[in-house]
Amino acid sequence: MTAAAAPSRFRRPRRENGGDDTGVAARRWFTPWLLIAPGGLWLLIFFVFPLFSLGRLSLQDGGLSNYSTVISDNSTVIIRTFVYATISTLAAIIIGYPLAYVIATKGGKYKNLFLALVILPFFVTYLVRTLSWKILLFDNGPVVGILQSIGILNDSQGILGSPFAVVAALTYNFLPFMVLPIYVSLEKLDRHLLDAAADLYSSPARAFRKITLRLSLPGLFAGTLLTFIPAAGDFVNSELLGSDRTVMIGQIIEKNFGKEFFRPELSALSFMLMAMILVGVIVYARLLGTEEIA
Amino acid sequence: MNPPNWLRAIGRVSLWVWAVFGLLFLFTPILVTVIYSFNEPTGKYNYVWNKFSLSGWTDPFKYPELTDALIFSLKIAVVVTVIATVLGTLMGLAMVKYKFRAKGTIGAILILPLTMPEIVLGFSLLTLFVSINWSRGFLTIVIAQVMFSVSYVATTVRARIRGFDWRLEEASLDLGASALRTFYKVTLPLIAPGVVAAAMLTFALSLDDFIITYLNSGLDNTFPIQIWNMKRSKIPVQINVFSTALLIISIVLAALLVIFNNRRAQKLAGLSDS
Repeated sequence: MTAAAAPSRFRRPRRENGGDDTGVAARRWFTPWLLIAPGGLWLLIFFVFPLFSLGRLSLQDGGLSNYSTVISDNSTVIIRTFVYATISTLAAIIIGYPLAYVIATKGGKYKNLFLALVILPFFVTYLVRTLSWKILLFDNGPVVGILQSIGILNDSQGILGSPFAVVAALTYNFLPFMVLPIYVSLEKLDRHLLDAAADLYSSPARAFRKITLRLSLPGLFAGTLLTFIPAAGDFVNSELLGSDRTVMIGQIIEKNFGKEFFRPELSALSFMLMAMILVGVIVYARLLGTEEIA
Repeated sequence: MNPPNWLRAIGRVSLWVWAVFGLLFLFTPILVTVIYSFNEPTGKYNYVWNKFSLSGWTDPFKYPELTDALIFSLKIAVVVTVIATVLGTLMGLAMVKYKFRAKGTIGAILILPLTMPEIVLGFSLLTLFVSINWSRGFLTIVIAQVMFSVSYVATTVRARIRGFDWRLEEASLDLGASALRTFYKVTLPLIAPGVVAAAMLTFALSLDDFIITYLNSGLDNTFPIQIWNMKRSKIPVQINVFSTALLIISIVLAALLVIFNNRRAQKLAGLSDS
């Protein structure tokens, strides 16, 4: 008999007698509610309620036509935002998946060191990280120099202000959010499954596709959301590294929020951003197969 | 059916090369931040390397507005960490230990802030503050940051304490300890590592956050907001000096936490052996 099993054996009869159940707060029905109430109320008042009022505000003065106005006025910006967010998410998968795979399966005793390197960027504040990208991509900086010397850019061309600069920095800023969930799902993977597949004459490529990739889908899904959502709502990268040609939805909200608090169009724009992301998430979940994500 | 060995070798090597490239991609901008804290920029902007200098480090408080903003950020981070850690831990505990009605709904409300663009969260909160005519400043920043931090804390604590042996609590109660004493002597030590991790995450998130904070800050400036406001007039080397100092402090704290946790794990292992 293990030590852990002992108390439960002795406890059971006491409970049936009634014991001091009523005196122990931990066993009352409302205990969970007491624990939830403070944080729950905070979220209700400062998260759920404002979202509803934002939705209501977006329908003032014109109802749904606010949305059609916003969409037709900003169609280029809206499309550009989603293109940038999609490309940077794909780039984050291409860079992040192999990285997470190597750390999880071949990291060995350096696993924690690698992971520490992945989260290191979080120790420098977001704005300063983005400023470092500005240094890296500056007109006479190292990246431009290399690209000029191998002839991708000619001598007068720079990178700052281009879509490439914005997308590269977006990819960078949210890459750890891609690596970490994928790492977690690969870390949990039972290596014996791969041995079994090899024993049953599966090629490594097929085993990867059928086992590793499939079992890491939940991580890939979480990582995609955690990268795509902040990228689609961002205005810092395009403001610091972009130009008039790279304006994103977030910048339009940022430029106007100070002066036109109650302009319904602005609420409609931010609500639409949220709605489009939600739709994207649902479509993406369907594509990957919901049962494999849950 | 199996690819030849030389092909697999090439595959292995290129996988490693690609992974190292990924790490460099993550690492280089941080290195740039540190290196450029030793620059002596020619103009007002610390964007182009000029020459090595310790001027930023010997005169870190040259721009009072930047120093004040950093102190303001640290104050906010402390307050937010305390409030969010308490509220989030209680919620995490409730989600792990109890079954109750509407648990699914509460879980969804906890996750939702993490799946929404910051600009929508910040903007909707701002419209609330504006509609009730609440002037923005310290208090509204704390409210905004606690709002998204609670979710992070609850999720972290929840993940870290799942599967614990809660019968230890019942044993303590059965042996006559009061509920309060049981909480201090049994529950808290059990959940401590998860809570500490969540608190550190909250502190880092608070210092890091820009978008939500910026929308709800009014005239008060946190460190990132101050940089944002300065971006058209000057980007002094002191920004890099402060960031590098914070980076070093964070690394030391994280290392200490790892060492502490390892010691604790060894001690616990020792206990269960005897």
